[in-house]
Amino acid sequence: MAGPPLLEIEDLRLGYATERGTLWAVDGVNLEVRRNEALTVLGESGCGKSSLARTLLRTLPRNARTPSGQIRLDGREVLGLPEERFRREVRWVRIALVMQAAMNALNPVVRVGEQVAEPLRVHQRMGRREAQRRAAAAFEEVGIATDFLRRYPHELSGGMRQRAVLAMALVTEPDLVILDEPTSALDVLTQASIMNVLKRIKAERGVSFILITHDIATSSELADRVALMYAGQVVETASAEAFFGDPAHPYSRLLMDSVPRLHQEQPPRAIPGRPPSLLEPPTGCRFADRCPKAYERCAEPPPEVAYDTRHRVRCWLHHPGGRR
Amino acid sequence: MTRWRDGLAQIRRYPSAVVGLLIIALLLATAIYAVTAIPYSEAQKLWRGGDAWQELPVNASPVWTDRIRGGEAPRTITASSDEVAVEREDLGAARLETTTLEVDFPYGDFPSEINLFLEAEFEQRQPFTRVHWRRPDGQEIPIEARRVGERDRFSISQDRQLESRLGFAPQIGLLTDAEPGTAEPDVLQGTYQLVIETVHFEEDARLHADLVVYGQVHGAFGTDHQRRDLAVALLWGTPVALAFGLLAAVGTTVTTLIIAATGVWYGGWVDAVIQRLTEVNIILPLLPILVMIGTLYSTSIWLMLGVVVVLGIFSAGIKMYRSMLLPIRQAPYIEAARAYGASGGRIILRYMVPRILPVLIPTFVTLIPTYVFLEASLAVLGLGDPVLPTWGKVLHDAQAQSALYHGFYYWVVSPAALLMLTGLGFAMLGFALDRIFNPRLRSL
Amino acid sequence: MSAPAATAASAPGSDSALLEVDGLYTHFELRQWGFLRTGTVRAVDGVSFTLDAGEATAVVGESGCGKSSLARTLLGLHRPTAGSLHFAGSELSSLGRADLKAYRAQVGYVQQDPYGALPPFMEVRRILAEPLIVHGIRRRAERWQRIQAALEEVGLAPATEIAGKFPHQLSGGQQQRVVIARALLLRPAMLIADEPVSMLDASVRVEILTLLHRVQQEHRLALLYITHDLSTVRHYVDRAMVMYGGRVVEQAPVDALLRHPQHPYTEALLSALGDPDAANAGRPRPVPGGEAPSLIHPPSGCRYHPRCPHAMAGRCELEPPPPDFRPRPEHRVACWLRE
Repeated sequence: MAGPPLLEIEDLRLGYATERGTLWAVDGVNLEVRRNEALTVLGESGCGKSSLARTLLRTLPRNARTPSGQIRLDGREVLGLPEERFRREVRWVRIALVMQAAMNALNPVVRVGEQVAEPLRVHQRMGRREAQRRAAAAFEEVGIATDFLRRYPHELSGGMRQRAVLAMALVTEPDLVILDEPTSALDVLTQASIMNVLKRIKAERGVSFILITHDIATSSELADRVALMYAGQVVETASAEAFFGDPAHPYSRLLMDSVPRLHQEQPPRAIPGRPPSLLEPPTGCRFADRCPKAYERCAEPPPEVAYDTRHRVRCWLHHPGGRR
Repeated sequence: MTRWRDGLAQIRRYPSAVVGLLIIALLLATAIYAVTAIPYSEAQKLWRGGDAWQELPVNASPVWTDRIRGGEAPRTITASSDEVAVEREDLGAARLETTTLEVDFPYGDFPSEINLFLEAEFEQRQPFTRVHWRRPDGQEIPIEARRVGERDRFSISQDRQLESRLGFAPQIGLLTDAEPGTAEPDVLQGTYQLVIETVHFEEDARLHADLVVYGQVHGAFGTDHQRRDLAVALLWGTPVALAFGLLAAVGTTVTTLIIAATGVWYGGWVDAVIQRLTEVNIILPLLPILVMIGTLYSTSIWLMLGVVVVLGIFSAGIKMYRSMLLPIRQAPYIEAARAYGASGGRIILRYMVPRILPVLIPTFVTLIPTYVFLEASLAVLGLGDPVLPTWGKVLHDAQAQSALYHGFYYWVVSPAALLMLTGLGFAMLGFALDRIFNPRLRSL
Repeated sequence: MSAPAATAASAPGSDSALLEVDGLYTHFELRQWGFLRTGTVRAVDGVSFTLDAGEATAVVGESGCGKSSLARTLLGLHRPTAGSLHFAGSELSSLGRADLKAYRAQVGYVQQDPYGALPPFMEVRRILAEPLIVHGIRRRAERWQRIQAALEEVGLAPATEIAGKFPHQLSGGQQQRVVIARALLLRPAMLIADEPVSMLDASVRVEILTLLHRVQQEHRLALLYITHDLSTVRHYVDRAMVMYGGRVVEQAPVDALLRHPQHPYTEALLSALGDPDAANAGRPRPVPGGEAPSLIHPPSGCRYHPRCPHAMAGRCELEPPPPDFRPRPEHRVACWLRE
């Protein structure tokens, strides 16, 4: 796991202009992803995890404001890069995206093989035959028979479509693949086999992943590290061992208790309450009103406490002067 | 429903919608004024023409055209025997009555026509009348001498004899002191007198006289070839146009929507029949059918409205609504409604139709002027309602009388302007509503 | 948890059962141009089970296994092709219009997509009034009283505030609560919940499942909980049946099914799932190859045989296994391995 960080995100903020003011979907996020590392960004819908992915790839909707902060790829700042250079040098060359609804990610009237080859033809100006050959290799890698290259998206099952979208992301051999809820619309067996493909690719290719999901069980299938988001902020960043074994933030703990488990006598417990509105977030800790351990100090914004070297928690309980 | 309330609140943000609404409000006010000021039966009677209009000039331009040109054109001047004293002289067996009607003529141009309307009351022997014209300079011109009927009329400007005596058309010759044959005679301004000497042969005999010196301009909209004031037609055309447009749009939209929803809901052969009917109906040309019905059967505006609605039901709208309703039919909330036992009719009316109403409103608003234009086109083609005054009929008359050839631009311009204003008002509102209710069209 | 219903899950026809499904087939004809038959989708292909009053059963299977078609057939939304459906003693297909409407009041329906399940142009008050109007409750005050009670029962308070909102103004969890309130309004005897939590956030899922479980217990409702996710089955239902290719392959009390799965397909489903654990990332999960079977051209014999690691040549691809091998007392399995 050692090595220089591939991606560093520093104090990233992203807002959307709405009729009732600015909605800060990402509000001061710090993250890093190392080479061949899989980071899971975990969170409920509306916590800002998809906005984070969109900011990284600059596929933001039109009402988004210009993001602030820093995104460094191999130490080089890319957030301020002009659009044309970003398109040529970063998007799909260094960072690729696998979207949630695989049916929508594919053009229904173009053969799958051509769509998978498309990034190569655009970004590497590769010849048709060579691109097709590479697309076939990518298909084999994700576990689809190459005769499906000549099919149209509707002729593929949901699982195969998701694999085709994955092949499209991998074909340019990017360093980082962002997976936005890659399996949430799929059946259990299909989910498991796609996660198997991802595990194999990570081991064989040394790619880094950012897996964005709300499903804790799914997140544990790939994660080396976990970042838990709540109301636009990262509340805990930890290694998978620490997070799934002994989470530090009260929200992380409650969340782990809310997971339905196959082999556990105790029924899962829901977390009472609802996340705050991002239009008017609380000034202090954003989880305070749902937190069983909240105390006076939580009315102030909590700092990110470095629990140990790569384990950070945004909580007053873990502050040196905090109540443990 | 907040969705509607929000939508209406947003209208204020679209200037075009506000202007459209103002135009529509203006038209509505006009329509209401027309209907209250001139009752329906009255409007029909007036439009039939006749005596009601005898004191109006033929083909007079609106007053405002004269204002633009400098205000020289004469207005219509009338003088009645009721307003002046009568001199009586007993002749034994008969009685001579002398009536002097005075006309003050200050205009720089000649009148378009001069008529004298006479009504005589007698039992057996008609009175005998002699008429003189006295110019301001004292010159007397005999005009005519003859017996007078019960309702009689001396068409002074049509008098060929008088014309040859004067060397000008009478309405010119009587009002100038220029030598006969002068190319551009000047008007002699001042007070003219028409002296009517009547010999009555009966004790109770009376004569009533009205002199009309017709002007060249009239009212805000002018008159047509039958002396009818166009204001009546243009005013009354507003409620007719709005009612036709609105009823046709409502009739076709509502029925089309319900039929499309029925087809989508029941599917199978019901849908197939509706679709085939629509496809056949789409290729049937509407205008020729209306022309045929108008020619062979009746041109009543209400019959036309009925035919337009009936032919409009199975129109292309069915295909559009069907494509909008098909995904809605699959919506889980429809399935839920079936599961708790809602009937097909309830599902169509309460669950499917309301879903697309917001999208429909703009289409509906822009549809109204389409039907207004259709009605006008029918009237222009000579298939207008025979008794009702409408904008289209005014245009038709104008065309039949070669209005543009004769330079009667006002005859064409005002109805056309009203039609365009109607189209503009509804279109501006409709397009704005489209942006409000179809957020996809809105730019961020 | 109500008493294990294993003993009651006897042959169809027992008197205690609220719902008896016997040899149910729901097929759909594929047609071209409205009349040319081009194929048959065998969505439900011979399903038998019983559901007692107050019993909760899960139907587990992947998409396309026929579980939703089964739900819709039970709701009277699809006409069964063959087989019988007895509800409280009367045969569903023999019901007249009025009786069918009365039956629909007896069965509540909770759908997958809570936002789609609520008409977007109606306020919650109106949405909940609809079923009451349909079932002839004319007095506005009575309707409001019942709506209020239903909203409070599902934990949406204050009722007056929620009643004035439109679906899009509610969160996903609140929307699903409204859907549940609607399903409870007519005081049903049975609830059919088709994937009620699969579109919700992980943290809201437990809330909704707990709520469903609570109302099921409080009203002694029969519950058919349809899901693709075995991990959400435990704690909330008494029994579970696993469907594959339009057929039930295994049914058992839920604990027995999770601990001692008897059918290879159930085993595969269980091993594809895991509880959150950092060790998961390191090891691939065993997953059977192949795709879910076509319902138009289903495999011969046992429908799982093309993917089954234990398929016995000469047996499994030829004869469909009968649905009631009993390798353990409380299990019923359709698998030749358990003959």
